[in-house]
Amino acid sequence: MWQYLLRRLAIAVPSIIGISVVLFTILALAPGDPFEELAANPNVPPEIRANLRAQFGLDDPIATRYLRWFGSMLVGDWGYSFASRVDVDTLILQRLPVTLVVIGASQVLALLVALPVGVYAATRPYSIFDQIASTIAFAGYALPTFFTGLLLILVFSIHLDWLPFVYRADLPGSGWPWIWAHVKQSIMPVAVLGLFQGAAWTRYVRSSVLDVIRLDYVTTARSKGLAERVVIVKHVVRNALIPVVTLVAIQMPAVFGGAIVTEQIFRVPGIGSLLISAILANDTPVIMAVTFVLSILVILCNLLADILYGWLDPRIAYR
Amino acid sequence: MAGSIPASPTVSAAAPRRASASPWAEAWRRFKRHRLALAGTALLALMALAVLLGPWLWTVPINEIDFSAKLQGPSLKHPLGTDDLGQDLLARMLYGGRISLAVGLASMLIAILVGVVIGAVAGISRGSVDAALMWLTDLFLSLPQLPLLLLIIYLFRDVLKNWVGPEAGIFILIVAVIGAFRWMPAARLVRAQFLSLREKEFVEAARALGASPSRQVVRHILPNALGPVIVAATIDVAAAIIFESTLSFLGLGFPPDIPSWGRLLYDAKDYLDVAPHWALIPGSAIFFTVLSISYMGDGLRDALDPRKVL
Repeated sequence: MWQYLLRRLAIAVPSIIGISVVLFTILALAPGDPFEELAANPNVPPEIRANLRAQFGLDDPIATRYLRWFGSMLVGDWGYSFASRVDVDTLILQRLPVTLVVIGASQVLALLVALPVGVYAATRPYSIFDQIASTIAFAGYALPTFFTGLLLILVFSIHLDWLPFVYRADLPGSGWPWIWAHVKQSIMPVAVLGLFQGAAWTRYVRSSVLDVIRLDYVTTARSKGLAERVVIVKHVVRNALIPVVTLVAIQMPAVFGGAIVTEQIFRVPGIGSLLISAILANDTPVIMAVTFVLSILVILCNLLADILYGWLDPRIAYR
Repeated sequence: MAGSIPASPTVSAAAPRRASASPWAEAWRRFKRHRLALAGTALLALMALAVLLGPWLWTVPINEIDFSAKLQGPSLKHPLGTDDLGQDLLARMLYGGRISLAVGLASMLIAILVGVVIGAVAGISRGSVDAALMWLTDLFLSLPQLPLLLLIIYLFRDVLKNWVGPEAGIFILIVAVIGAFRWMPAARLVRAQFLSLREKEFVEAARALGASPSRQVVRHILPNALGPVIVAATIDVAAAIIFESTLSFLGLGFPPDIPSWGRLLYDAKDYLDVAPHWALIPGSAIFFTVLSISYMGDGLRDALDPRKVL
């Protein structure tokens, strides 16, 4: 198992390098100069500008610039935000926990919806339940997160007035009421993200279980006299989950995309809304760092998927 | 694969009408059985027709400001209501539909073109070329697409705006960027198809007759690999429409004077309490378009898979 993990890690390293090359290329190709504002400022003489350029190494060959940029990205030296004059890493560390909690909770919700519904629908294919579940899943997948978010706000915040539609990280108070307030304000963002994922996963789980349930070993398990429950949970679901894990791993970039949109709708102070506000404020260091962090998170999720594979199907780990 | 050879004499004797049907007619016959796919196609055709012909029939300008009629619900004068500047939403919806559908189709064409070329090259060549291209595909699949899209648009939009004007500039940018980040599924599909097709007897026969690799690909392999590509293409249109709406919804797509559906939603989101119709109309338009395309793709998947017995 450890050897397998090390091998997967060794595969992750080139992807990180590849992503960093892509990011740096985009940045290097982009027009404009980080010192454009200085150039436009008549109070800054050109020699000072030239000195600054030399000091920050802007005139070095591109390979040197890339290596230096990648090196400082890796050690977490991401510069400071143009807009708020705070170090980018402290800014991101402030925002990251909220994003991770919202994404994590929504993935758990998606799993809690998709697994039972998908498996139950697949054990009774073309029943009323299956048809209703499939239709809802299809529709849920076609509903973009930004629209479901607005719909939920319209129903639960404006018409029913049950839930707040602005997320606040600095809620006053303590104890149970404080926790309850936090849960209440997280319900809608988590639901938007989780149900969107859940709709996609339900379809994956259903089709994957349908593929597995006709295999001979399942018939064997049944003919051994095992209870249907045991057959489904221990024999079918475990094998059916392997392709589902692949599809979920492929979907991870989309999950982070959805998180950006959700954070923007509900004003959740996570790194997604940090990214948007940084873009609107032309805050390049923050934009680069957030994109880099999100890329690393995607790769970590792929690594997690690999670990899950190894656990679901030990043959993969020992191959 | 025996089922996919319809020209055997026994079959044609038993069902003469079907034996004469071309593969496309056969596919259409299977597609028609999928009622939801048919309904989706019809709805989509209706919408395409509406956004193409609509602006000629409904000649209210999209930017006519009338503060006395702001934030009104649907009425006879404004069938879909008005926004905060009193602009007619029907006219803006029709105009936005053109943009959304055009972005969807154009991005799909780029994504499919790039995907087919990369998948075909990877599928026909063995060894290091294949490995390198697939590594590239996997790398692009694990890129966080939305942040990168935002980054690219942030960095390049001003240049293109100065170069070809605000509307065309942002259109080219969005289409190119969505296309550049959506080719991977098509490439994987085409490669997988090529890997199995290139070992088939008919390709071997072509090879034995001395067909060059490019002729094998263009004449023999590619036409047989098209089915899944068409399905992927429909899904890509839907994905591109959602992508464009997402960008506009985040305020980073088309500028405010060009009302795409996502942009309308973005403008509407601060008026949810007083004018919910303003958000509901473009939102439902996106929803129904994407749903129709998904059902159409589902129907095409069934119709274009010759092994499928329906």
